[in-house]
Amino acid sequence: MTLKTEPFVVNVGPQHPSTHGVFRLRLTLDGEKIIDADMVMGYLHRSMEKLAEERTYTQNIPFTDRTDYLAAMTGNLAYVIAVENLAGVEPPERAQWLRTIMSELQRFASHSMAIGIFANDCGAWQTPVMHMFRDREKILDLFEMACGARLTTNYMRIGGVSRDIPPEFMPTATKLLKDLPKRLDEYENLLLENEIIVARSRGVGVLTAEQAMAHSVSGPMLRASGVAWDIRKADPYAAYDKLDFDIAVGTHGDVYDRFVVRVAEMRQSLHILEQALEMMPEGPVNAMQPTATVQPAWSAPTGPLAIRPPEGEAYARIESPRGELGFYLISDGGPAPFRFHIRSPSFINLTPLALMTVGSTVADAIVILGSVDIVVGEVDR
Amino acid sequence: MLGMVKAIGTTLRAAFRKPVTVQYPTEKKDLPHRSRGFPVLLWDFEKTEPFCTGCQVCARYCPVDCITVTMKDNPKFAEGKSKRKKIVDKFYLDYARCMRCDICVEVCNFDAIVMNNTWEGVELSRYDRQDLVMDLPELLRQSRTGDLEDPFREPMGVAHSGWAPKAGEEDEQAAQAAQPAAAAGEAAKEGGEG
Ligand code: SF4
Ligand code: SF4
Repeated sequence: MTLKTEPFVVNVGPQHPSTHGVFRLRLTLDGEKIIDADMVMGYLHRSMEKLAEERTYTQNIPFTDRTDYLAAMTGNLAYVIAVENLAGVEPPERAQWLRTIMSELQRFASHSMAIGIFANDCGAWQTPVMHMFRDREKILDLFEMACGARLTTNYMRIGGVSRDIPPEFMPTATKLLKDLPKRLDEYENLLLENEIIVARSRGVGVLTAEQAMAHSVSGPMLRASGVAWDIRKADPYAAYDKLDFDIAVGTHGDVYDRFVVRVAEMRQSLHILEQALEMMPEGPVNAMQPTATVQPAWSAPTGPLAIRPPEGEAYARIESPRGELGFYLISDGGPAPFRFHIRSPSFINLTPLALMTVGSTVADAIVILGSVDIVVGEVDR
Repeated sequence: MLGMVKAIGTTLRAAFRKPVTVQYPTEKKDLPHRSRGFPVLLWDFEKTEPFCTGCQVCARYCPVDCITVTMKDNPKFAEGKSKRKKIVDKFYLDYARCMRCDICVEVCNFDAIVMNNTWEGVELSRYDRQDLVMDLPELLRQSRTGDLEDPFREPMGVAHSGWAPKAGEEDEQAAQAAQPAAAAGEAAKEGGEG
């Protein structure tokens, strides 16, 4: 006798702790097996791109904090580089280094969050993530010291950064850098060889290099599939061309490799930070400051808050913790962008989700989603 | 099995560490000097009036339009007690809408507005959203009573006029700064009428 079965639809989210925000995953199940996965997005849509068309170029900077709220520094950075390309400004040397330092601190903070939450998804409820939070807090303290805010930093400015770091920043950062490798060892002890984590993530959610490239996946996800592609090397910005670091690559493209790649990237971030703190020159931090040696290319009698870049378009991309973050701007010569588009890595990295989840079980779907490391604010914008 | 043992070892070691957390409402961490709470206005003790001239630059540049400000002729100027021709009349700042982005502080030419760097600048709970719309006396209160001991004032990088208070020179510089203020105020007013 055969039992009559029919597919069953399960909604994961929009209010579900494992969807990392308001994101809905509609799974069609045959028993425990997933036969179809459907993503429903837009619950956190805030119309960032349209809002930006109403605001001046500088007024838009705080909005870029709020797309990827776990990596505000890199969000700021990609946007200001796009505006600088549009307006033809060259930020001073020290600003470039400050940008690099802040980006790497942000990468460490964001990745520690990513692996902590990933452990959460694997069932290690809240304990590992608290270890990571402790160190992330220290980095956020540094941000607060430099710019006053922990999460929504609004630190980068067109032509540099908003202000120089305070004198106490360097000693604190150097001390933290001595500390963090030990912390990283601790994370590795806790999670990297942990049999439960390995069993939950080895061979799960495999994305081959071809599939990853076909879906324009970027960041740690692409590198976990074995493609050594990193904007910091491929198209250097800020001061990355002067630094020595390796691209962490995986081999299998499974969930475990994504996790390992993130941990390896955190090590590289520390390596970069060590060099950057040492190599950073003195000097002005903003091309718009009266003391700056580099004069802005445009004349702005009412200050840079009202800059009007010449007509044209510009695209800037950086390696954000989640992947290739790009800003595409069109200027019609006015004080606000005519078109403002964000190429958000979270959104594009999600596209092969169905490919990764179909065929696996429900519990795996949660781990796979966790390994993509999405920030829903950036998915929906 | 080895991985598990390592993990348990880490967990055990963590049990003997000193906690890094503080018991928040009773115990508070020191905020850095640059900490960005909600913006407040500064009080000029010399002239016993606000620094703010009501020039509306902050209102214009606030990305979320949460500032409303009007200006009036300064009665103290007529009496010769102050060099500020114009002074703020009404100032409303909607804390429920403000996103603490620092832009108003950076554009203010008179260093009249700062981000509150005390705990009071972030501990704001109200029963009614309406109560979060702060008016001029409320915005000046902390600076006036001296609760805002050491606000972070700096010639900001981007849009700032470059004025920096130096020891002993503050008064003079403020007075000089008040001149273009009046002009800007006039312009803003004309613009408003036109
Ligand atoms: S910009 Fe400064 S002086 Fe002008 S209205 Fe705002 S706070 Fe007052
Ligand atoms: S901090 Fe930003 S949002 Fe708040 S009042 Fe100032 S400009 Fe507006």
